[in-house]
Amino acid sequence: MKLKLHIWRQTSQDAPGAFADYELDDVSPDMSFLEMLDVLNERLILDEQEPVVFDNDCREGICGACGMVINGHPHGPQKLTTTCQLHMRKFRDGDELWIEPWRAKAFPVLRDLMVDRSALDRIIEVGGYVSVNTGGVPDANAIPIGKGVADLSMDAAACIGCGACVAACPNASASLFTAAKITHLGVLPQGEIERNTRVQEMVAQMDEEAFGHCTNHGECDAACPKGISVDFIARMNRDFVRGVTREPITR
Amino acid sequence: MELDAKIPEGPIAEKWDQHRFEMKLVNPANKRKHEVIVVGSGLAGASAAASMAELGYDVKCFCFQDSPRRAHSIAAQGGINAAKNYQNDGDSVFRLFYDTVKGGDFRSREANVHRLAQVSVNIIDQCVAQGVPFAREYGGLLSNRSFGGAQVSRTFYARGQTGQQLLLGAYQALQRQIGAGKVKMVPRSELLEIVIIEGAARGIVVRDLVTGEISSHCADAVCLATGGYANVFYLSTNAMNSNVTATYRAYKKGAFFANPCYTQIHPTCIPVSGDHQSKLTLMSESLRNDGRVWVPKNAGDTRPPDRIPESERDYYLERKYPSFGNLVPRDIASRNAKEVCDAGHSVVPGGHGVYLDFADAIGRLGQKTIEERYGNLFEMYERITGDNPYRTPMKIYPAPHYTMGGLWVDYNLMSTIPGLHVLGEANFSDHGANRLGASALMQGLADGYFVIPYTIGHYLATSKLEKVDTGHAAFRDAEREVREKTDRLLEIRGRRTVDDFHRELGRIMWNNCGMSRNKAGLEKALEEIPRLREEFWKDVRVLGASESINQSLEKAGRVADFLEFGEILCHDALDREESCGAHFREEHQTEEGEALRHDEDYTYVSAWEYKGVGNAPALHKEHLEFENVHLATRSYK
Repeated sequence: MKLKLHIWRQTSQDAPGAFADYELDDVSPDMSFLEMLDVLNERLILDEQEPVVFDNDCREGICGACGMVINGHPHGPQKLTTTCQLHMRKFRDGDELWIEPWRAKAFPVLRDLMVDRSALDRIIEVGGYVSVNTGGVPDANAIPIGKGVADLSMDAAACIGCGACVAACPNASASLFTAAKITHLGVLPQGEIERNTRVQEMVAQMDEEAFGHCTNHGECDAACPKGISVDFIARMNRDFVRGVTREPITR
Repeated sequence: MELDAKIPEGPIAEKWDQHRFEMKLVNPANKRKHEVIVVGSGLAGASAAASMAELGYDVKCFCFQDSPRRAHSIAAQGGINAAKNYQNDGDSVFRLFYDTVKGGDFRSREANVHRLAQVSVNIIDQCVAQGVPFAREYGGLLSNRSFGGAQVSRTFYARGQTGQQLLLGAYQALQRQIGAGKVKMVPRSELLEIVIIEGAARGIVVRDLVTGEISSHCADAVCLATGGYANVFYLSTNAMNSNVTATYRAYKKGAFFANPCYTQIHPTCIPVSGDHQSKLTLMSESLRNDGRVWVPKNAGDTRPPDRIPESERDYYLERKYPSFGNLVPRDIASRNAKEVCDAGHSVVPGGHGVYLDFADAIGRLGQKTIEERYGNLFEMYERITGDNPYRTPMKIYPAPHYTMGGLWVDYNLMSTIPGLHVLGEANFSDHGANRLGASALMQGLADGYFVIPYTIGHYLATSKLEKVDTGHAAFRDAEREVREKTDRLLEIRGRRTVDDFHRELGRIMWNNCGMSRNKAGLEKALEEIPRLREEFWKDVRVLGASESINQSLEKAGRVADFLEFGEILCHDALDREESCGAHFREEHQTEEGEALRHDEDYTYVSAWEYKGVGNAPALHKEHLEFENVHLATRSYK
């Protein structure tokens, strides 16, 4: 199949960027989206042009490294699918594709389609864990956990930290990402101890990183390749109120 | 050089406890004065960095990804083994030890494997305490499944994303230490040289992948947790950026490379769809618990699967191995798939695919149960292939997946370079010639959480290390070498892309040193690799500059190392005149086509010493003693 591509090119964080146009005329429907870009890149190199830079690694939809906005959709048009798992059979011959990086103040563009998402790591850094050191922990079966609770925790823990939720949100909020970690840990007995303080720390860090606030658009839920539910944001908000009233922290 | 594995004296079950007592300790007040570098942030690296920081060491951790959470451990699907015996089905530390030694086809070091089995139980406790959401039963206790050839249910899992959840546990522990100021995390940076001063590893030189800056970092000890080298085959289930560079550069600096020819080919991957293929996707082998592997009985049968009656199907694993059936270990499942496809029974065009059929399981258990067990895997399969595996059998074929070989380490996980420790898949230590399913996660976390925190202290407490800084001439020299190599790659401006060379290397390796090997093929590869390498250095095209993000340059450096490393792999495969585990030499098989070991001559670890690019490496042998498990022919019939 033939494709017309408009790809965001930007040489560095401070340089201005612009769309560049490319055409590919022998794309196989069995290719993944990133393999299509590989083919483009090999051609660019042979044509003495620098290839398009984009983050990617596992290409199995689990590492969270890849991500680009394709025709306005983070990770492209297919539901519950990362860019690397998107295949060209989802497109049609003659399609025109606009390919951009995640756009958010907290995610500066490093080059072309590659952005800096270290803000997400810093949100985890301030509280996205259970404070246990290695060793000296009880037997794994000492605390039974209901299957429903374990499943709910796992639903939230499935987040891959790709940042599509931020890219989709009109406010560039990281609420879904943050809420997923708060829920994953907060519903488990192991995470209960720090439940009140964790939420306050993480929300404060989210603000500090210049992510916006949640105003219930629900775009994050629709864009999330792992189906993380917007319900978790409600849970985060409830935990936040609970936390500041029961165990307020000063930062 | 005499290889001393430093295996502690005493009965196998007491070695580790005794050794823990005998090792010297670092005074708690002095730990912060010791800097330790950890390279890699997967299960082994992240757990090691976090645990050592908790103890008080000053840790610096490096990874090439944008975040430590993205290391390739995250892609492990199936599960993690532990000898908890929660299912009351006869498991024990000794049984896990025994199964692992046997699964490794009697080519692993008993003492290491026993320690692994021992600490496996602590890993599960640790992960649960961190909040890893393992699967549970209705009563609230942990659920287990049988996995990859084990006859007890000892595998813990978190849906089909066990690696992800375990890595997030270790990553979160690491982030906590970063927040506490005990670990300095350096993402998007790649190790390009190891620096040795007065015989000991004292630091590394890295390239910042964003700015291109080359910088030196010094420490009292260096831990490599940089994963395996399956990407030497170009197409593998490894992540795109997984590479051999860190371990290979250590090898060039004097660390011995052990058993490189033990490369595991995973039986259940999605077959190649065309020349554009950039990687292969693994389908968890837990699928073999309920899926049945078959091909048409008649070679060349091109009917769709639902038109082939039962009587014309060959469930070859069930037929040949009645007691293990579809659950035979990976090497056996892979080789049998190759055998039936080579005989013309492939179910995909191009000749490389067999069916994995869930019709029986869906009939027996209902679609809902199958969905609960494998839902996400089925979805992934459908996304990639466009086929719905609830309705039509999956098509699978083996692909390079994991490498048992790695840098040689002693019982303390130290390489032949003092101070250079190697953890996880990057070392060779525990899996022998073949790794059992759900054992990689176990080993990575065992090394990081429960072995290195002890052994690093012993090294630091017993070594006299001069104070050095990055102004030392050895760092300057290493930086200069790195710059020269980078500049050389950018100056060639040839006609072929890096990927083009990598693909050709992959073809040479897969065809001659893949699932089965023979003398003629290996010798051919040893002629072709140097020729390709020479061409690479004359004709590769890397555009752009070194002072900015340059993914082609990163790739070129990695492929340049693979182009040298591939030769060691072939030398090792050539030397090992037997078939064992994942290493199958066609000259050495039984009349039934099973692997034939030669214990009298080959019960050793091959540890290779660098002798210059293009020169044959020198072989050193660590002889393996089996005092607790009797050498036997593996039989899964």
